[in-house]
Amino acid sequence: MLRLLSFALFIVTWWIASLVIGDAKLPAPPAVLSVLIVEARSGALFVNLGATLARVALAFALAMALGSAIGYLMGRVSLANRLGDPWLILLLNLPALVVIVLAYIWAGLTEVAAIAAIAINKLPTAVVTLREGARALDPALDEMATAFALPRGRAFRHVILPQLAPYIAAAARSGLSLVWKIVLVAEYLGRPNGVGFEIGVAFQLFDIPLLLAYSLSFAGVVLVIETLMVQPFETRLTRWRLRAA
Amino acid sequence: MQLEVNITGKSFESAAGKRHDVLDNITFTLNAGEVGVLFGPSGCGKSTLLKILAGLDGNYRGRVTRSPGMRLGMVFQEPRLLPWRTVEENVRLAAPEVDDGTLAALFEVLELSAHRNHFPGELSLGLARRVALARAFAIEPDFLILDEPLASLDNALAGRLRDQVATLVASRKMMTLLVTHDLDDAVRLGDRLFFLSPRPARILHVETIATPRAMRSEPEIDEIKRQLSQLDLANM
Repeated sequence: MLRLLSFALFIVTWWIASLVIGDAKLPAPPAVLSVLIVEARSGALFVNLGATLARVALAFALAMALGSAIGYLMGRVSLANRLGDPWLILLLNLPALVVIVLAYIWAGLTEVAAIAAIAINKLPTAVVTLREGARALDPALDEMATAFALPRGRAFRHVILPQLAPYIAAAARSGLSLVWKIVLVAEYLGRPNGVGFEIGVAFQLFDIPLLLAYSLSFAGVVLVIETLMVQPFETRLTRWRLRAA
Repeated sequence: MQLEVNITGKSFESAAGKRHDVLDNITFTLNAGEVGVLFGPSGCGKSTLLKILAGLDGNYRGRVTRSPGMRLGMVFQEPRLLPWRTVEENVRLAAPEVDDGTLAALFEVLELSAHRNHFPGELSLGLARRVALARAFAIEPDFLILDEPLASLDNALAGRLRDQVATLVASRKMMTLLVTHDLDDAVRLGDRLFFLSPRPARILHVETIATPRAMRSEPEIDEIKRQLSQLDLANM
């Protein structure tokens, strides 16, 4: 209910602002909606949203898997940490644009280059978060697992992984928002489809209703994925905490 | 099954680079069916000794010989349960081969039957200790280490838990090593009492109690306690 109210407030504010500023710069909601319907009817909206989502999913999965493994290793093995740390600092502070442009130059304007560039941008934050998680592992529980001769796989699944879960969730949460932001830039610069590409076209034609139609539908998709997938996942991970007195 | 302990020393370096001797000479043998009690002042290195005996710390001088294939059950000072697993899952994780009947009997003795599906965060310290005990017994150990299992519980609860421990220890022919501060617990539960010196720990005195645990009468226990309290440990 409160969410709906807040959404209504957003529409009202937008409408009033468009009346004040003028249709040329900020079209009113109905104008954007009609463009949205046209794009949806032609199927272009779904093709572009789908292409963007596929890139997000692939880059996110790649960066999470690789980043978690590297972060865990760096948190557990001090040699790995000392070897990896300078690279990590470099990657953390490298602007997304530099990575994307270089990827396109070296690997061509290809899908692989785009996904790799997005993944590389997200990778270091996952590494840093998981490294903290691995450092915070409770040595007392490690000793327990050793004393009871728990096999490695079982110890990892039942002793280590649950301790890392909040860190994985945090890395996923912050990483996903980073990927949402970067994917459009990568598409804008070098892909022939996707939300970023369409926004680029709209920008060049100064077609503001089209630009808003894509931006808002993209924001809508992000909102739906965050509330329907990320938040329930987080709740599930911490259910033992909620039940604790 | 037998445990042969022949430690000649253990020290570690503090962050400031200073060497601390924790253990001095510690030599004893423990046989199956026997309960050894380590009795000594706080901070004398008992927990360090237990870690070495449990194989968690290999950095010491001397030798500890364990029979091959020996199964270790350990109750740490803090329960060390997995907070994200239920009571039953915690036990089954350490002892995957335990059958339902054995587990039910164990939970019955330790009065845990009603708490099978609770998470450790929902338990009091006394209950969490009992879960840790259940976990250690469920693997049917050959060597059982109990690190102050009765500490920081009120007297009535500690007494009940001590009886439960005694029942469980008697139910199986294994080597048991108990650490305690309480002379009463030591005399009631132990067959051989090792009195340790302050850090670096060495064995000051070994007291062997000949009467089997279950047959000790109250006057006998009081007499042993009286004699032991007269030991002049400070000058040994």
